[in-house]
Amino acid sequence: MAKVLVVTSGKGGVGKTTTTAALGAALAQAGQKVAVVDFDVGLRNLDLVMGAERRVVFDLVNVIQGTAKLSQALIRDKRLETLWLLPASQTRDKDALTEEGVASVIQELRGRFDWVICDSPAGIERGATLAMRFADTAVIVTNPEVSSVRDSDRIIGLLDSKTEKAEKGQRIDKHVLITRYDAQRAARGEMLNIEDVLEILSTPLLGIIPESEDVLRASNVGSPVTISNATSAPARAYLDAARRLKGDDVPMNIPSERKGLFDKLFGRRAA
Amino acid sequence: MTNAIAVRPQGAMRLHGRSIMAFVLAPTAPITDWLRELDKRTGTSPAFFVGRPIILDLQALTLEETQIGELITQLGERGVRVMALEGIDADQLGASLPPVLKRGRPSAGDALLSASSSHNGVATARPPRRQEPSSLLIDSPIRSGQSVIFPNGDVTVLGPVASGAEVVAGGSIHIYGALRGRAMAGSMGNARARIFCSKNEAELISIDGYYRTAEEMDASLRSRPTQCWLENRVLAIAALD
Repeated sequence: MAKVLVVTSGKGGVGKTTTTAALGAALAQAGQKVAVVDFDVGLRNLDLVMGAERRVVFDLVNVIQGTAKLSQALIRDKRLETLWLLPASQTRDKDALTEEGVASVIQELRGRFDWVICDSPAGIERGATLAMRFADTAVIVTNPEVSSVRDSDRIIGLLDSKTEKAEKGQRIDKHVLITRYDAQRAARGEMLNIEDVLEILSTPLLGIIPESEDVLRASNVGSPVTISNATSAPARAYLDAARRLKGDDVPMNIPSERKGLFDKLFGRRAA
Repeated sequence: MTNAIAVRPQGAMRLHGRSIMAFVLAPTAPITDWLRELDKRTGTSPAFFVGRPIILDLQALTLEETQIGELITQLGERGVRVMALEGIDADQLGASLPPVLKRGRPSAGDALLSASSSHNGVATARPPRRQEPSSLLIDSPIRSGQSVIFPNGDVTVLGPVASGAEVVAGGSIHIYGALRGRAMAGSMGNARARIFCSKNEAELISIDGYYRTAEEMDASLRSRPTQCWLENRVLAIAALD
């Protein structure tokens, strides 16, 4: 049975697209057939992070409007053969999305893939509500700071009211993924700590992704961080999170940067 | 021993709730025909609209702002006082027109404006058929942006009320969790309502319109289980531990 997963947050810039790419790649590496779908019509980024920006011909809006077939719009990843991307349009905006159109595309994707991961735009309007509408599971990406936590709470409220599953009285599985976590700053009280975030959101934790320069490096070379540097701290954390999504019981820990001898001598954080 | 901390009354700004039943008139196109129908019926019940607030539902029509104004004038000539509008986008309308309502709910009573002249023209509102519940229990967290409004009585929440959420009750409010949003009790004018919470991090509390923001609450009460009540129109807050 295919699973539709929405990666959402409310707040912008917390790591939804990074997470969509990283989780998608991690699941594909584990042998699953994965489609990652960019719902940020007009401000698309998933194609950049996946390294597919020079191969985009057709997009989600073309498929919804019937200009192209789904198979024409899907772009296969060059590195992982079971990972595909359905990009968003850059020239249109979110008003081009219709509920019937999205329903039909998601239904068709369900027939072809094990996982359909929807990269939601920020906000609570049409783009975000349509991205979550047909989801079975949600990953709520949250930075451990107050604005992000409040916006995540708002989004959790919407997941419980504006999804098809919620309207039918069913539960949608929700998980919090904490990103850009910096243990030292949390210890100094400059950031919320994990317990505070979970207490406010009252939602199970999927994983903790540490702050790292590897993430920016990965998106600049157009590669999900789980592929570009699989041994880095964020990549290991994403791989654990993907395993938890599949149902494996993985103990929760906060990966720290692996310090090489050179860095230990000179006291720098691992590159 | 309770440590009641009574604070001086703030300025005289009160927030009251008021619940009234208004009737909705929903005209259909063509308007001239609809007005003629209305005349036919009010002809036999001339006093029907006196003193009744009317909401005009414009959903079935597409009218310009001037046409709406004209319709309201025409209705006014027939003794129909339009209090508010529904079924239209507020952005399109200027300030000279009645306000646009968004959150009206169908109400239990209704009235029949009969065309037969055997009626003496007095509309009888049918009383609600079933007993309305007098308390509301919510056993999940109240998320940011959600609004729980229950004028009929007490509200009990088994879980936290998030920052940016609000609970408005005609009676008391009981929160078995952290209150991080707003709680407004006694909203229908009940000065004996109280607010209880397991952890007070409220943004705003109010009883019978007398309110206090987080800024004005004593810091020693923060994060503690508290109860709030009104004493001589002054909000009192005390810790429960």
